[in-house]
Amino acid sequence: MHDVGGLPGRALDRSEHDPEFWEKRIDAMLMLLVGKRQLITVDELRRCIEQLGEGAYENLAYYERWTASMAQNLLEKGVLTSDELGRKLAEIEARTSAGSQ
Amino acid sequence: MSDGEHDHQHDHGHTHDHADDHAPPPDEDGALTHYQMLEIAMRELLIEKGVITADEVRAGVEDMDGRTPERGARVVARAWLDPEFKERLIADGPAACAELEIDVSPARLTVVENTDEVHNVIVCTLCSCYPRPLLGLPPSWYKSSSYRARTVREPRAVLEEFGTVIPDDVAVRVHDSTADLRYMVLPQRPTGTDNMAEDELAALVTRDSMIGTSVATAP
Amino acid sequence: MTATFSTGERVQVRQARPPGHLRTPFYIRGKQGEIERVCDEFGNPEELAFGRRDGPAVRLYRVRFRLDDLWPEYAGADADTIDIELYEHWLQPAKEAA
Repeated sequence: MHDVGGLPGRALDRSEHDPEFWEKRIDAMLMLLVGKRQLITVDELRRCIEQLGEGAYENLAYYERWTASMAQNLLEKGVLTSDELGRKLAEIEARTSAGSQ
Repeated sequence: MSDGEHDHQHDHGHTHDHADDHAPPPDEDGALTHYQMLEIAMRELLIEKGVITADEVRAGVEDMDGRTPERGARVVARAWLDPEFKERLIADGPAACAELEIDVSPARLTVVENTDEVHNVIVCTLCSCYPRPLLGLPPSWYKSSSYRARTVREPRAVLEEFGTVIPDDVAVRVHDSTADLRYMVLPQRPTGTDNMAEDELAALVTRDSMIGTSVATAP
Repeated sequence: MTATFSTGERVQVRQARPPGHLRTPFYIRGKQGEIERVCDEFGNPEELAFGRRDGPAVRLYRVRFRLDDLWPEYAGADADTIDIELYEHWLQPAKEAA
């Protein structure tokens, strides 16, 4: 659940860590899709995150939620199809488990 | 969103503040997580279809790496030295930043000034809105459920976790960034800085002082 | 377009729970505050969230609330406040206090 203002909360974990490279690429792609290409609005991205379901906030990290939302939006708009994504994911899995990064 | 009563006891905090932000590490053999693979898949497909280019993604990451709190600190230091600039900054943040050749678009930058009477602190309870053009990427704690939940309810206790104690005769003013404005706090100029040059002043301005969880560093 | 509310006016946030993408946090619904400033008009996020970009713009306000009005157990100073940006259709004139 995203609307957390006023709910109970714990002491803060103030440790600092830079986002990982893949996370920065998600961020950069989103800025391109929203800003330059105007394919998706930031509101659509937020709405899809909110619709990921209760487990999303407990089980997914920050950039994982944005990644899931980006995929959902691209599917809704017909920029990508599930079939294309599925085939590409299988290809990636095959080549990354074949040894190299 | 039909999720029942809002006030139920829901322990959002549990292992959360760290897990909120950081993806779980991949397996020891270096296998990618589902989301890491999804990132690759989307990027490759979008590039194949000509929606974006690899160069654009690269440039976007570099641009992001180049945006650090140092930009915000320069704006603060100028405002400390030049009272008329400060007034222009408060009246129209983007225009004043442009005077320093800092482009904050598309952010509707709104600068809120700390005074002897008021201490400001920024939060986005609904997601993680942040003045990225001036401060770079937000810290993990800013995006955490705990910060977003507690800052609107017990701001002084949250500030104390940063070692920031606001006296009772100073009002705490919280800003919840729910819409289109992006906020930056203009911290108070520390005492004992009268003869310092602009770049020395900028070095005293921390990221946290521009979010409002801290104050500028004493010289 | 003119704004319905003006700076200093007392307003109440509507108590409504529609589905969809909303930018009015639960904790502020039903509460009373004061218009701190009238902002520009912006696209309505509730509509933009579904890809509808061409609808009418909506007026945004910054509204100031006292923290001890929001939280019964508030332990900070009386003067502590929170400013929140709220869209016009979520606001109504405050009823006079009883």
